[in-house]
Amino acid sequence: MSTVAVAHEHAPGVHAAPTSFWRKYIFSLDHKVIGKQYMFYALFMLIVGGLLAILVRWQLAWPTKAIPFMGKLAPEGMPGGHMLPEFYNSLFTMHATIMIFFAIMPILIGAFGNFVVPIQIGARDMAFPVLNMASFWTAVPGAVVIIWSFFVTGGAAAGGWTSYAPLSAIQPKGQTLWLIALLILGLSSLLTSVNFITTIINMRAPGMTFFRMPLTTWALFITAILLLLALPVLSGAMIMLLFDRVLGTTFFLPAGLVVSGQPLKNAGGGQALLWQHLFWFFGHPEVYIMILPAMGITSEVLPVFSRKPVFGYRAMAYSMIGIAGLGFIVWGHHMFQSGMNPLLGTTFMISTMVIAVPSAIKTFNWLGTLWGGSIRFTTPMLMALSFVSMFVIGGLSGIFMASTPVDIFIHDTYFIVGHIHYVLFGGSLFGAFAGLYFWYPKMFGRMMNDTWGKVHWALTFITFNLVFFPMHFLGMRGMQRRIYTYTEYEHLKDLQPMNQFMTLSLFVLGAAQVILVVNFFLSMRRGKVAGPNPWRANTLEWQTPSPPPHENFTEIPTVYRGPYEYSAPERADDHWPQSEPPSGPVRASAH
Amino acid sequence: MSRRSGLPAAAAALLCAALSGCRGIQSSLDPAGREAAKISGLWWLFFYVCTAVFVLVLAFLFYGVFRRRSEDALGARERGKTYVAIGAGATAAILLLFLVVSVSAGREIAEPAGPDALKVQVIGHQWWWEVRYPASPANRTVVTANEIHVPVGRPVFLELLSGDVIHSFWAPNLHGKKDLIPGRINSHAFTAKKAGVFRGQCAEFCGLQHAHMAFTIFAETPERYSAWYEKQLAPAAEPSTPSQERGRQVFVSNSCVFCHAIQGTPAFGQVAPDLTHVGGRGTLAAGSVANNPGNLAGWIADPQSIKPGNHMPPMLMAPEDLLAVTDYLESLK
Ligand code: HEC
Ligand SMILES: [Cu+2]
Ligand SMILES: [Cu+2]
Repeated sequence: MSTVAVAHEHAPGVHAAPTSFWRKYIFSLDHKVIGKQYMFYALFMLIVGGLLAILVRWQLAWPTKAIPFMGKLAPEGMPGGHMLPEFYNSLFTMHATIMIFFAIMPILIGAFGNFVVPIQIGARDMAFPVLNMASFWTAVPGAVVIIWSFFVTGGAAAGGWTSYAPLSAIQPKGQTLWLIALLILGLSSLLTSVNFITTIINMRAPGMTFFRMPLTTWALFITAILLLLALPVLSGAMIMLLFDRVLGTTFFLPAGLVVSGQPLKNAGGGQALLWQHLFWFFGHPEVYIMILPAMGITSEVLPVFSRKPVFGYRAMAYSMIGIAGLGFIVWGHHMFQSGMNPLLGTTFMISTMVIAVPSAIKTFNWLGTLWGGSIRFTTPMLMALSFVSMFVIGGLSGIFMASTPVDIFIHDTYFIVGHIHYVLFGGSLFGAFAGLYFWYPKMFGRMMNDTWGKVHWALTFITFNLVFFPMHFLGMRGMQRRIYTYTEYEHLKDLQPMNQFMTLSLFVLGAAQVILVVNFFLSMRRGKVAGPNPWRANTLEWQTPSPPPHENFTEIPTVYRGPYEYSAPERADDHWPQSEPPSGPVRASAH
Repeated sequence: MSRRSGLPAAAAALLCAALSGCRGIQSSLDPAGREAAKISGLWWLFFYVCTAVFVLVLAFLFYGVFRRRSEDALGARERGKTYVAIGAGATAAILLLFLVVSVSAGREIAEPAGPDALKVQVIGHQWWWEVRYPASPANRTVVTANEIHVPVGRPVFLELLSGDVIHSFWAPNLHGKKDLIPGRINSHAFTAKKAGVFRGQCAEFCGLQHAHMAFTIFAETPERYSAWYEKQLAPAAEPSTPSQERGRQVFVSNSCVFCHAIQGTPAFGQVAPDLTHVGGRGTLAAGSVANNPGNLAGWIADPQSIKPGNHMPPMLMAPEDLLAVTDYLESLK
């Protein structure tokens, strides 16, 4: 890189900013532009996934009533507005797939990872800018294929986001497109993860030791390693399933299958459970791929708005490493009901319980960070506090699933649906919202409106709980997940009012997101000019203009201290930028 | 900031009100069997402990957020370290407790059923349950569908298989769930402690009509169970009226016989529920509708409107034939 730069007559390492529209905004190599591209991509898919969720919940509130306008929009899946079971099955499958792979992962890793990590470590860009651009432009066709799959005969994939074989091997064509879309996306994530790992290992500014890295960067570093190790397993499994579907192999098809009265051709020799092992070997680390970045963001936001150092910085980093390592030996807890040897079940139970310890340590450390701080209730702070409290609920309900006997009681009921949403919405998404409000001024140079941000937060927080908390109860009362109707069953009929209440709450929750979207776009023009460091934060991204110039820093900063030295007793100023030389302003009385 | 104070309170109130109403024929918290009782006891323990932890953590969060800033930052930091250490220790202790009770409950419910256990084979199909009571000599084998009769107090040993995709056997009043996996034989054992009619449903997503794949468990006194069993052994009842006679004629001369079996007639199809005693069953099409003449006729004429996508095609026949077949099938008690 530097040799090229010298040839270009710039300061060492600095390139001229591209000027053409295409190079600047579309095929940009700048990690900041790519981060924003990911952000728009993820927000768009978040809206798509949210609309699917609204249809799912609408159906559950009034299973026998028609949804009039849908009869026109989706005449095949909903003739006359009445939902066919296959359409409902597509809806929940695609809702989960889109939210997990196309919304949460891109916003946390693609958007915040890309935008924040290089600046936080004091680098001019990612290690491989071209690869970075390729990652984004590989993710785009993935989204195109997954949306296109709604329009093929038989509709979009309807095998659940877990796509258990052999069902997924005999589903209509949409399933093939689902596999292709996720394979494409998997390639994109793999490229990203290699890029992050290399960048964080090689491109840190002088003085930026590993234990001076901000926790967001730590989280994304570990997330990238998880991706690198877990994704190829999923991709391998998906290629095998694709072969079973189109080439007639039988990786997942045991002998003797009879479907619809007809013996299945090309069945024999395969193992149905193999899919589950491969899927969950990826699937559990995937949970942490989605939660670690949110934990990182929370650990970033809490100290800034408590004006206190993060409590137990090293413990935070080590517990993330612990979670990541243990995350690879717990996948069997998704398969307790599959008939595994009880001894093996016990092993998975133990490892799953152990993984709760680092999560608990992180929670205590967040509490410790708040303890005695001077709290500023800004929107990002409220989002981060919500993350902590909702993550606690998701974590505690997770312990139910860790215990084999309790798990086989609640598995595949609405209890699980409640749990996963407390982790992924209450956790990942609140973390993403915190990051959005926190870094928006850095990304766009202007502040988002804080009042409207708080309105958005309050509505989201309240309605989120109204939608998802009752799910635990539905599950215990015997309502399974993935059923398109239940009101004809005497014992589930009385759950309809509660389901309606949840759906109405979801409508409000959905509407509240309009506030975010409007605030987001209006603030780009109208927001208060942010200045380089509106939150008075220490990390490097705040020690450069907002938005940062091309290649981030006029001069690569030198790092002198850890990222969270707030309210140091010997200083008058309550923040202490990582790059401020030690001879900075010193409180006279201290020495 | 009343948000977080209001919420858990409301949530707790909601939950208490809701859970105390957790009775029901398909509820995980209304145990009627040895295994379910163990598990639901465990569930409540988890519930109480986790609720307490949640309240405690939130109390700390609140206090931390709203307390005035401490001047003695260094002292606070030291005390904080102690709190975190105590918290981590308490977490480990709670997890250890959970682990111990889970392992011991797990061992108890996984105990192999003894030799006197009643053996029942359950085979999952899209989207109904084939139920077999294997016996020697083989002619004492009983085959039925979507209903399982068991004697109270006697352990039942289930052999779970699948003919197509993965399903899951779940009768929450009696036990947790266990998957039916093609190419594998899983086992599941439970003992009903109370007589009653309990409901179960497929709990693993299995395609289009996963929502309509239920079954009923009748836990009966040993005497009533034996009476039921003997009755099932008999071939189908002979028609006793001309209409029933005609119904049988229609059935055996129709394509029904390629899919369904009725013992004592030429119908030996194996890919659909055995209809030898269909008139004695409480529901039709895996719990989709109650079994009565109206629903039965409706089912035969147009199964796709009751359970869209199921594997029985609509049967075109003259209205009189339909009534006759219905009459005949309902007579097969
Ligand atoms: C192509 C195979 C096929 C044919 C032909 C067929 N059925 Fe069925 N039938 C099924 C299947 C499969 C089911 C189970 C459907 C389900 O519950 O998903 C079923 C279910 C039933 C049931 C409900 C059984 C129960 O216990 O729930 C009745 C009654 C029935 N069929 C009657 C008939 C009659 C009468 C005919 C002929 C007029 C007929 N069927 C023809 C496949 C067939
Ligand atoms: Cu997991
Ligand atoms: Cu099912």
